[in-house]
Amino acid sequence: MSDSPAIAADAGHHGHDAAHPPYLRHHFISMEQQTETTTFGMWLFLLTEIMFFGGLFTAYLIYRNWYYPAFVAASHTLDIFLGSLNTLVLISSSFTMAMGVWCAETKRSKGLVWSLIATLVLGLGFLGIKADEYHEKYVKDHIPGHLFPGHAFSPVGFVHPDQEALKGGEKPLAPDMAAKTEVYFSLYFAMTGMHALHMIIGIALLCGMLWKASRGGYMDGHIAFVENFGLYWHFVDIVWIFLFPLLYLISRHS
Amino acid sequence: MSDLHAEHEGHEPEQHAEHHIVSPMVYLMIFGALLVCTALTIGASYLEMGPWNPVVAIGIACLKATLVVLFFMHVKYSSKLMKLTVGAGLFTFLILVGMSLSDYFTRAWGQW
Amino acid sequence: MSTIVSLPDQATARIPKRNYITNENGLLSWLLTGDHKRIAMLYLISITFFFFIGGAMAGLIRLELLTPQSDLMAADTYNKVFTMHGVIMVFLFLVPSVPATLGNFCIPIMIGAKDLAFPKINLLSWYLYLAGGVMVLTAMITGGVDTGWTFTTPLSTHFSNTNVITTGLAVFIAGFSSIFTGLNFIVTIHRMRAPGMTWFKLPLFCWSHYAASILMVLGTPVLAITLVLVVLERTIGIGVFDPTKGGDPILFQHLFWFYSHPAVYIMILPGMGVISEVISTFSRKRVFGYTAVAFSSVAIAVFGFFVWAHHMFIMGVSNYAVLVFSLLTMLVAVPSAIKIFNWAFTLYKGSITFETPMLYAFGFMGLFTIGGLTGVFLGSSGTDIHLTETYFIVAHFHFVMVGGMLMAFLSGVHFWWPKMTGRMYPEKISQLAAVVTFIGFNFTFFPQFLLGMLGMPRRYAAYPPEFQVLNVFSTAGASILGVGYMLPIIYLLWSLKYGEIAGNNPWQATGLEWQIQSPPLTENFTTIPIVTQDVYDYEWLERQKEHEVTHVG
Repeated sequence: MSDSPAIAADAGHHGHDAAHPPYLRHHFISMEQQTETTTFGMWLFLLTEIMFFGGLFTAYLIYRNWYYPAFVAASHTLDIFLGSLNTLVLISSSFTMAMGVWCAETKRSKGLVWSLIATLVLGLGFLGIKADEYHEKYVKDHIPGHLFPGHAFSPVGFVHPDQEALKGGEKPLAPDMAAKTEVYFSLYFAMTGMHALHMIIGIALLCGMLWKASRGGYMDGHIAFVENFGLYWHFVDIVWIFLFPLLYLISRHS
Repeated sequence: MSDLHAEHEGHEPEQHAEHHIVSPMVYLMIFGALLVCTALTIGASYLEMGPWNPVVAIGIACLKATLVVLFFMHVKYSSKLMKLTVGAGLFTFLILVGMSLSDYFTRAWGQW
Repeated sequence: MSTIVSLPDQATARIPKRNYITNENGLLSWLLTGDHKRIAMLYLISITFFFFIGGAMAGLIRLELLTPQSDLMAADTYNKVFTMHGVIMVFLFLVPSVPATLGNFCIPIMIGAKDLAFPKINLLSWYLYLAGGVMVLTAMITGGVDTGWTFTTPLSTHFSNTNVITTGLAVFIAGFSSIFTGLNFIVTIHRMRAPGMTWFKLPLFCWSHYAASILMVLGTPVLAITLVLVVLERTIGIGVFDPTKGGDPILFQHLFWFYSHPAVYIMILPGMGVISEVISTFSRKRVFGYTAVAFSSVAIAVFGFFVWAHHMFIMGVSNYAVLVFSLLTMLVAVPSAIKIFNWAFTLYKGSITFETPMLYAFGFMGLFTIGGLTGVFLGSSGTDIHLTETYFIVAHFHFVMVGGMLMAFLSGVHFWWPKMTGRMYPEKISQLAAVVTFIGFNFTFFPQFLLGMLGMPRRYAAYPPEFQVLNVFSTAGASILGVGYMLPIIYLLWSLKYGEIAGNNPWQATGLEWQIQSPPLTENFTTIPIVTQDVYDYEWLERQKEHEVTHVG
C-alpha cells in the first residue's frame, strides 16, 4: 500500500479552467463518459418500460389460456388489414428514425430534418389508424366497462354473430364465454392504449427535436438526445411487434 | 455470479467502447428483413398448425425484436454492460411471466 | 468508556466558510438545486415529516387497541387510520428513507464523484416524491382510504367508498420517484467512479445501494401498471381483476407482490449498507468477508424476485406453486444470514466502542435477526396458514422494518450527521435515545408475536378481552418508543446551532467521504481523487495521520 494521499493530485483531464465543450456537464470528466452515461441511463429506463408492459403481458397470457375461444372470437373482430398496415407504418418509422440517428452521427443536417419529418408523419399516421380502429370499437359497443353512456360493453354480437360473420366462419359463443370477450377488450385497450400513450409522448419529444434540428441543431457532435430518443422510439416499436401477433393474429385460420 | 464478476472487472470508468456508426445499408437490410418477417407472421396465422401457431407467432416476433435491438438500437456494437443490461431486463420479464404462469398452470393438478 | 471520537480543538475550530450549505442562499437555490447533498437534505426533511405523520397514525392505532372494544374510533375510521399508516410508512418513509437521504448524500462522495450522474432527474425525483406525498395527504384529509396499503381487489375496485384513486395515483407517482433514484444510483456507481476505485474497493454501502437500485428499477414499474389497472377498473370498469367479468383477483396479488416483496429488500438493503459501515468503523476492522457481504447484497436482490407468492399461500394459489415458493423463500435466508455472521465476525476481536451509531447497529443486528427468523415461520407453508393475517405477521415485519430499517436509518443519520452538518450531536443523550428506542421497540412488538400465536387477527379495531394484557403492554411500549423517536429530532435540531465542531473525520473512518471537509464543498472534491488505498484500510488511515503530523504539525 503506497503512502499517497486519498485526495491526490489532479487527474489531469478535467477542471473548470480547462477548455471543454459547452455541453459537457460539470461533474463529468470527459465527453465519452457523459455520452455513455446517458445511454446507459436510457437503457435502464427502457428496462422499467419492459417491466411496465410485463404486467400487461402476464395478464394477457393468463386470460388467453383461460378464455381461448373468447379471445379468438374477439380477435377476429379486429381489422387485420389495418393492423398489418400499422405494423408496416411503425416499422417504417423505426427505420426512418434509425436513419435520422445516422444523419446526426454523420452531421447531415438536411437528412436529419427529413428523417425526423418522415418519422413524425408515420407516427401520426399510426395514431390516426389506431383512432379509426378505436372508433369502430366504440360503434360496435366493444369498449370495456361503462366509459361511454349508451355504449356500455355488450357481448351480444358474440352470442349471435351477424350473417356476414357467420359466412366468414365465425361460430357463436355460449353466453358465459362470450361475456369473457370483455377481458380481451380490456387487455386490448390497456395494452394498445399504453402503447399509444408512449407514441404520443414520443411525438411530443419528436416535435421539440425537429424544431431544434430545423434550426441547425445536433450538428456539433452532441447528439445524445437524438440517440436516446431513437432508443425510446425503437422500444415502442418492439412493443408493437409483440402486440400485433398477440392481439390481431390469434388463430386466423379457423 | 462469475459473469457479473468478469463484467465488473472489464468496466473501469476510463475504458470506453468506441462509438460505432452503423451504415444505412445495414439499416435498409434490417428494414427489409422486418417487412419479410411481418409478411411471414401474417401468412403463418392463416395456416392450421395446431399448437404451433402461437409458437411461430411469438418466435417471429422475438426474431423481429432481436433485429431491432441488435441493429437499430446498436446493442450489437455496444459494450458488454449494455448487453448485460438488456439481458437483465429480459430475465426479470421472464421471471414475472414464467413464475406467475406456473401458479395458473398447476392449479388444476389437484389436491394432495 | 473508551471512545474513538477525535474532535478538533473547539477553541479554534470553525465550520469551513465555503460549503454546500453556504454556497448559495435563498429558498430558490434549494428548490432548484442539482446538488445531491442539498437534495438529500430536502429528502431528509420531507421524509421526517411523513414519518411523524405515519407515526401519529401508529399512535392512534395503539390507543384504540388499548381496550378490547372499538371505543376510541369506529371500525371504519380504524381501517382508514391503519391504511394511512401503512401507505405513508411504506411508500413515503421506508422506501426512500436511507437511499434518498444517506445514499444520495454519500454515494457520489464515497466513489469519488462530483455528483450523481443525472442531477436534474435527482431533483425531479424529489418533486415526484413530494407530489405523491401531497396527494396522499389530500386523500387523507378528504376522507382517507380503507383498503389497507395493499389495495386489495375487489375491495379497492368495487366496494370501497374512499379515495382509492387519489392514493393509488399518489403511490404511482412516488414509485417513479423511487425508479429515478435507483436509475441514478446504478448509472453513477457504474460510470462515475474515481480512478482506482474498483468494484471491490467500493464501500459496502454502495454495494447494497446498487442491489437495492436494481430492485427499484425492475420492480416498481410492475406496481405502477398494477395501480393503473386498479384505477381503470374503478373508474371505467374494465375487467382485468374483476371476478364478475372473468378477471382473477389473485392476478392482482401476483402483480402487486412481484413489486412489494422485492420492495422489502429495497427497504432493508440500504439499511444493511449503513450497518456495514458503522460496524467496521466502530470495531476498527475491515468488514469480515467483504466479498461475501458484497455479493450477498446482489444475491438478495436476485433471489428477491423469486419468492413473492409466499404472501399468497392462503389466497388460492396452486399447492405446487406454494411448495416451490416456500422452498425458494428459504434461499433468501442464506444471504441475509451471511451478512449477520460476517458482521458478528467483524466484531470479533475488534476494538469496539459504543458510540450512538454503534448502539443502533447492535439494535439492528438483534432485532433484524429475530425478524428474519420469524420470517422463516411465515415462509414455511404449513405454519404460515396458522400465522398469516395475525399479529404474528405484524410483529414480524415491524421487527424487520422498524427494528431493522429504522434502527439502521437512525444509525446512519447519527453516523453521517457530522459530515452533513459539520457539527456533532450530543453523545450522552443520543445514547440514551438509542437505548430507549430499543427498549420501547421490544415492549411494543414482542407481545404482538404472542398475540399472533394466540390467534389475534390483524386489522380489527376490536378484539376478545383475553388479549388485553398483551395489548396494554404493546401500547405502553409504543409510548416509550414515541419518546425514543422524539428525542433525536430535538437534539439533532439543537446540535445544528450548538453542537461541537466535528472536523473532517470525527470517527477516524476510512471512507472517501471522511477525507474531505465537513460539510463538504458543493463539488465535493477540489480535485478528483485517485484511489490507491484499500477499502476499510485503517492502517492506511493511521499512516495518513502520522504523515500529517510529521509534515504539517
